Amino acid sequence: MQVKMTVNGKLFESDLAPRINLADCLRHEMDLTGTHVACEHGVCGACTVLVNGDAVRSCLMLAVQANGQSVVTVEGLSSDAELSALQASFRKHNALQCGFCTPGFITTAHALLTQEPNCDEDRIREVLSGNLCRCTGYVPIIQAVLDARVAYQQMGVK
Amino acid sequence: MAQPILKPVERQSKNVGSPKERIEDLRFLRGKGIYVDDVKKQDVLHVSILRSPIAHGLIKNIQTDEAKKLSGVVAILTAKDIIDHCGSVPLIPIRLHHNPILDPYKQPVIANEKVRFVGEAIALVVAKTPAIAEDAMGLIELDIESLEVASDIETALKNEVKLFSDPKGNSPLTYRSKKGNAQLVFDNAAYTRKEKFVIQRISAMTMETRGVLAEWKAESQELFVFGAAKVPFWNRASLAQMLNLDKNSVQLIENDVGGSFGARGEFYTEDFLIPFIAKTLGVTVKWIEDRLEHLTSMNQARDCDAEVEIACDREGRILGFRGHMHYDLGAYPRTNGLVAPRNITQFLTGPYKVDNVDLSCDIVFTNKTPSGTLRAPGRFESNFFCERLLELAAKDLGLDPVEIRRKNVLTPKDMPFPFPTISPSLIEHTADTECDSGDYRETLERCVKDFKWQELQHLQGQLVDGVYHGLGLSCFIEGGSAGPRENAKLRLEKDGLITFSVGSTSVGQGVETVLTQIAADELDLDMTQIVMLHGSTTLLNEGWGSYHSRSTVMGGSAVTNATDLFKEEIRVRASAVLRCDPSQIHVSAGVASSSQGGSVTWNELVSSSPIEVMGTFASHHHTYAYGCAAAHVSVDPKTGRIKVLDYLVVEDVGRAINPLTVHGQLVGGTVQGMSGTLLEHIVHDEQGQLLTGSLADYLIATATDFPSIRAVVLEQYPSPLNPLGAKGAGEGGTICVGGAIGNAVANALSSLNIEPTTLPLSPLRVWEMIHET
Repeated sequence: MQVKMTVNGKLFESDLAPRINLADCLRHEMDLTGTHVACEHGVCGACTVLVNGDAVRSCLMLAVQANGQSVVTVEGLSSDAELSALQASFRKHNALQCGFCTPGFITTAHALLTQEPNCDEDRIREVLSGNLCRCTGYVPIIQAVLDARVAYQQMGVK
Repeated sequence: MAQPILKPVERQSKNVGSPKERIEDLRFLRGKGIYVDDVKKQDVLHVSILRSPIAHGLIKNIQTDEAKKLSGVVAILTAKDIIDHCGSVPLIPIRLHHNPILDPYKQPVIANEKVRFVGEAIALVVAKTPAIAEDAMGLIELDIESLEVASDIETALKNEVKLFSDPKGNSPLTYRSKKGNAQLVFDNAAYTRKEKFVIQRISAMTMETRGVLAEWKAESQELFVFGAAKVPFWNRASLAQMLNLDKNSVQLIENDVGGSFGARGEFYTEDFLIPFIAKTLGVTVKWIEDRLEHLTSMNQARDCDAEVEIACDREGRILGFRGHMHYDLGAYPRTNGLVAPRNITQFLTGPYKVDNVDLSCDIVFTNKTPSGTLRAPGRFESNFFCERLLELAAKDLGLDPVEIRRKNVLTPKDMPFPFPTISPSLIEHTADTECDSGDYRETLERCVKDFKWQELQHLQGQLVDGVYHGLGLSCFIEGGSAGPRENAKLRLEKDGLITFSVGSTSVGQGVETVLTQIAADELDLDMTQIVMLHGSTTLLNEGWGSYHSRSTVMGGSAVTNATDLFKEEIRVRASAVLRCDPSQIHVSAGVASSSQGGSVTWNELVSSSPIEVMGTFASHHHTYAYGCAAAHVSVDPKTGRIKVLDYLVVEDVGRAINPLTVHGQLVGGTVQGMSGTLLEHIVHDEQGQLLTGSLADYLIATATDFPSIRAVVLEQYPSPLNPLGAKGAGEGGTICVGGAIGNAVANALSSLNIEPTTLPLSPLRVWEMIHET
């Protein structure tokens, strides 16, 4: 099927088999391997990307369903020059170890802080409870997201 | 006594001891980590593995004609093809504590005539895409004659169902640890108590599943295998031998690894099968495990029972432990399955001064997924047994839980304190080990103080707003730093680039950062001036990897040896230029200067030839970090739900090279232990069928489960066994959780006379315990 979508701000057009999910499409058709696949049944959240700004599990969405949509991956939230405020906060708090779940946490937390920059700790825990991490015990991840709120609050003011 | 191997040296510590942000994070946070499925190769074929749908049976026929007809299928291989090439089906070797008794029990790399667990590999489909490979797999017709199944220890011990033809049956090996005279003290002790315990089967559940990418280079007859982890050098040697290749024509490449926890990176059947396909078909081929395969074929762990007895005097001093245990290893011993049953037998006494021990543990084979190490193997289990028995003794003797531990933990005057001797132990230096240094009272007192244990006593066992409150303690030791050695090569190139190549591997623990901190201090350089390479067999001839909390101690000590040798070489070269004796040369950041005047830069000294030195650190003395944890839980009698209201773990690690990462290990290890104590459970039915085959069925901790975890890292007693003073510290957080939570739940429910002895403490189990009383 002919598919046209915006990925990290760039137009992507391709003829895709209908059964390809968005995660495989991003990883294998577009070489965006920052999106990780860890369960393929929508439980772990490692493959989370932003579709029109919302956090979405790319393993549960067919690539053809993204037709006409705007998709942002962890690569789209990153620059080579410096870490984003959220990424820097993750680093400061040691909120990652093996790094495999990290892109899913960054995209999920980014969507949350963009939509709710004043969210409290309980809300952060609730939203991030859909992402599994086996290394950190979550404690530093929650601290990192709490700490990054101020950057998103300031963005909102501008 | 274990003597210090090197004199403690006053070393610089600009970086060591500082909570440095990690080097690895810069790529991981941007999604630029390269995990095995991210490795780019041209013309890659894909493998799907047909696995046994039943737990025990005889393979009668594998009909692949229809599957082969599917467009895009390149080949379908079974045991027959492997026998055609190799003469027989190779067996998975035993990496740790090998015992020839187990030779008849080793796992064939592919099921040959018989299957022994659900998930055992039977056939390999090679196709142009993963989807076609899976489609073709569905077209294979499998005819297996079912056999009776032994899915638990009790059934297997009857030996009516025989997994193997060996006359020793399903339980061919027993570990035994002995010290003093247990019989005598139990005959005469003022107090004894015996209890039965059961611990469930769980999974390491790494977030990245396993994966192998193998590339055969026909021109050079070389095999490159990507996705290696944990112990690539040992795996390379094993693979080369199985494929009848020279070791040097097989290279295992370590990519970024999404967690190990003991399970990822061992040599599994797929670590032979995928390279075998690459070599046999002359192709590049990839297999990425899916989560269901992960749950049926990656090593599982724990799954044991125990009947253990404690003897004390009237004042609560422990006189001895004795008892017998069983460890369910699943269908095969695999590479490291013997570690947990061995540890459970040798280390049950933990941090306590116990002089009389007689413990034994049978390994038992059942029709389930094979077992291997999982963070704190045998140590988590035995800590639960020991701490629960000690708590019961305190209760029976009318002693305070802190007081009974205070009386029994090791103090400096007890050091070195030997553990019981373990047998069988066929490898030199492995039967005996000892705690070397530390004051175990300090971590206990610090934990009790910071936790406000005394201030919280009014809640102990109280029903408040419909929930019972309980407080529990657990003291522990953590073994680390397995030998025999580790290597670190240091190279200063002509262009000034400084590269280290170490045999340690990165499994997410931050080894690049930690070893770079050590190297930077030793060379008086900035961390950004150093490149730390690790793990791959292309870097070194020999390396040992990361397990048994060894990478910092062994790899880091090898790095210090390399920098010492490097500075010697700089002195020699500089002395020739500056015309003085090498002893007169002072080496500092990038410069060598003579006490007689004059200096030369390192770069000038390598203008004609680079410097390369090989550092090594050898030791067979294990380090023992130690600590204490305290838990405050509430138990809801209506639902059986346990909430962890507060939890503190204190561990003395000798020296924290990077306090940020050590703290992270402690907190992360704690939550993994808590998850294994309260949530996780791999369930098989009587037919050996897995009932928990997805992450929706197999619960691991999420961000809402355990919000209140605190950890304190102490450095009061540096290790005398290595130049860093560090003690291995990646597993301590996990070890003590079962004991601390188990004791807290027991104390919460003391008015109901409930004593938890079985894990997990799931809401259903707790509710049943409450309603049975």
